[in-house]
Amino acid sequence: MIVHFEPASEEGIATVVRAMAADRASLAVIGGGTRSGLGNPVRADRVLSTRRLTGIVSYNPAEMTVSALAGTPLSEIEATLAENRQMLSFEPMDHRPVFATTGEPTIGGVFAANVSGPRRIIAGAARDSLLGVRFVNGSGDAIKAGGRVMKNVTGLDLVKLLAGAHGTLGILTEVTFRVLPKPPSSETVVVSGLNDAEAAAVMAEAMAQTVEVSGAAHLAESVRSRFIGGCLPDGAATVLRLEGLPASVSIRAEKLAKALERFGAVTRLDGERTAVLWSEIRDVKPYADGTERPLWRVSVAPSAGHQLVAALRLQTGVDAFYDWQGGLVWLRMEADPEAALVRRYIKALGGGHATLVRANDGFRAAIPSFEPQPAPVALLSERVREKFDPQRIFNPGRMQIVS
Amino acid sequence: MAETIGFLQPRPAVIARRREIAADLADLLPPGCLISDERGLKPFETDAFIAYRRMPLLVALPETTKQVAAVLKYCSRYGIPVVPRGAGTSLSGGAIPQEDAVVIGLSKMSRILDIDFFNRTATVQAGVTNLNISEAVTADGFFYAPDPSSQLACTIGGNIGMNSGGAHCLKYGVTTNNLLGVKMVLFDGTIIDLGGKALDAAGYDLLGLICGSEGQLGIVTEATVRLIAKPEGARPVLFGFASSEAAGACVADVIGSGIIPVAMEFMDKPAIEICEAFAHAGYPLDVEALLIVEVEGSEAEMDAMLASIIDVARRHGVTTIKESQSALEAALIWKGRKSAFGATGRIADYICMDGTVPLSQLSHVLRRTGEIVASYGLRVANVFHAGDGNMHPLILYNINDPEDAARAESAGNDILRLCVDAGGCLTGEHGVGIEKRDLMLHQFTQTDLDQQMAARAAFDPQWILNPSKVFPLEGRPAA
Repeated sequence: MIVHFEPASEEGIATVVRAMAADRASLAVIGGGTRSGLGNPVRADRVLSTRRLTGIVSYNPAEMTVSALAGTPLSEIEATLAENRQMLSFEPMDHRPVFATTGEPTIGGVFAANVSGPRRIIAGAARDSLLGVRFVNGSGDAIKAGGRVMKNVTGLDLVKLLAGAHGTLGILTEVTFRVLPKPPSSETVVVSGLNDAEAAAVMAEAMAQTVEVSGAAHLAESVRSRFIGGCLPDGAATVLRLEGLPASVSIRAEKLAKALERFGAVTRLDGERTAVLWSEIRDVKPYADGTERPLWRVSVAPSAGHQLVAALRLQTGVDAFYDWQGGLVWLRMEADPEAALVRRYIKALGGGHATLVRANDGFRAAIPSFEPQPAPVALLSERVREKFDPQRIFNPGRMQIVS
Repeated sequence: MAETIGFLQPRPAVIARRREIAADLADLLPPGCLISDERGLKPFETDAFIAYRRMPLLVALPETTKQVAAVLKYCSRYGIPVVPRGAGTSLSGGAIPQEDAVVIGLSKMSRILDIDFFNRTATVQAGVTNLNISEAVTADGFFYAPDPSSQLACTIGGNIGMNSGGAHCLKYGVTTNNLLGVKMVLFDGTIIDLGGKALDAAGYDLLGLICGSEGQLGIVTEATVRLIAKPEGARPVLFGFASSEAAGACVADVIGSGIIPVAMEFMDKPAIEICEAFAHAGYPLDVEALLIVEVEGSEAEMDAMLASIIDVARRHGVTTIKESQSALEAALIWKGRKSAFGATGRIADYICMDGTVPLSQLSHVLRRTGEIVASYGLRVANVFHAGDGNMHPLILYNINDPEDAARAESAGNDILRLCVDAGGCLTGEHGVGIEKRDLMLHQFTQTDLDQQMAARAAFDPQWILNPSKVFPLEGRPAA
């Protein structure tokens, strides 16, 4: 039976890690476990969960910063922020629908996986909001990095390194992050009937306008009806979100709608529908279908997204929609993940990366979940890992290339 | 002056081989790209932290990434320290060399390689100046957001080394938030690419670690940065207050009320007088403290946002409100602010502190800063990025009076400790360099620093890259 540790303190975690180091045992590190499907499968001797390490340590709305223990439920943080009309600007995706998992996502898990949503293109990724961390490294030392102020260049930025390391460099015990005022108003401008290439051009045009688009997605005809109860107008929907003060949003929406009229039929969605639509885009609603059909999350230059999909369509069965101005492609394969094909085309189109988010166990065991890196970068990353977790205690296999 | 900040002892074996090293490096570089004569080396002996200077062994000015790689490969092979340099505008001594170091200057790598409006990126060589990027894209309605005061001179490579900020990062973030990718050379000459036009590269966020690493992890030779659509309009407004405390409290309340202006800059009375005398920007001289608040957007949006800000300012007893009436006036307002350091330099020598504090501590830290500097018998001018709590007290002193200089340095150190004790940090945007190196243990434990140094060693096992900087000389791992 796998021993499950749930320490309720940083010192408790450090004690477990030191014991593991002494026993030469490995640890799977989880928060709420709702995103455990991300990355390669982990084979570890024991499991450590941070779920009992909970609580908001400090929150001063006027300073726009929060410190919370890593196991604090994301829902608790979002509720507390909402009371003060603030939010996590990077809009973390909820992975439960896609993975069909249950449980509570934790704030530590959000940062460990650097989970960001549609607003990433304007507000940065989770890592950009993360100001400071405490973590336990593979030797069982408790380490502080960063701080609780926005501008801080004191020493090496280990904070960025820990964000997105999927628990392989250390166990996050406390995170301090920046929050932003929640925009009091929002609207979505919809351009209907564009093909993928036209949509990419329209999204680029919208981002170049002085209207501060905070979300730019293209929902192809095949997925359009799956959003907001099917009430988007007929045809593919290219959707552009505007947020801010009410007067400002309506001025900008008019300006944007006018600028885009020449491309296709333009309609507008109110704040309520906008909120639903963008949370569905964030959570990849069309492909959260309870199946194990392979799902890729591809990040490329916005101009390359639609080219990738067009090239793949000539070779295999694939469905796709786009976020991040077309640069984030959610690719759902009909049968085989076609990893070699997907990754070869990405390289040919100027580079980027494909993450295999979901697939059956057979594929997951055989395909490196994260984009393999060029040898010198992979070597360097391995050297970095050794400096944090010399015995490879944490999440063995998670980020490695399956050979 | 008596130096209180130490450097590593020069390696005698390196000094002894100077002539041979010069000959070898000359072979690796095109003609005119190696400086070895004393007169030529002199301009490289310090940066904008002028109280300290060291003559470098040699200066290499490569023209290509491959040449950078060749020099680094050579230096690592023979254990020769390397100090990377952009424009030499560091305020913390980040580019000050040492007697046994080869300076690698990126000034000849100053080409813009690619501007991509569709994907909103610019790819440039490391020696391109910060302002060059914005100038290259302004006609098409874009800009590059981080805007350090030295943006006319400082290079993008230096900005990445220090993770530079500026006045407008309250809204747009600092360098690390606007950097998409780099080409860089590792200590042994290996050339790697990190990131690119696609967001959030796979694997560890090495790009995030590189940014702000002060030239200790490698030498960046090219960078891809994010471009942003220029707002329709921008309007700086001056708010005068009868006390620094009132201005500080106003800043916290504006942010707390949910408004994030593009910039909120603070000046106290001495700073106002210095800058006004230099720039004739129309700053009010009858106030104790001044805020420059900039809003942007359409006329209607700016009006709406300003109305809310004025409401808050009134609650804090604002005495003067002055909106810029023309583009020229707006430019003058910013000219005054951005030339604050230069203008101060006309009346006295100064050292510039760079601690950041939580907004709720602004008033307290401002008051204590005044008390600390006065207790050393010196004067201070405060001019800083208030919206993000990044303070810049300028301590005025006479560089030719050793006692005065020592007092200024002590006062500066006291202020930085104050910033850390108030929940902030030693440096918000200027970097640790040598200036704050010996205060690192006030902010971090030795265990914290050990972990940072371990990460450093993954990139530079021999500690040849900018080795005298950032980490206290005591407590380093044995070589």
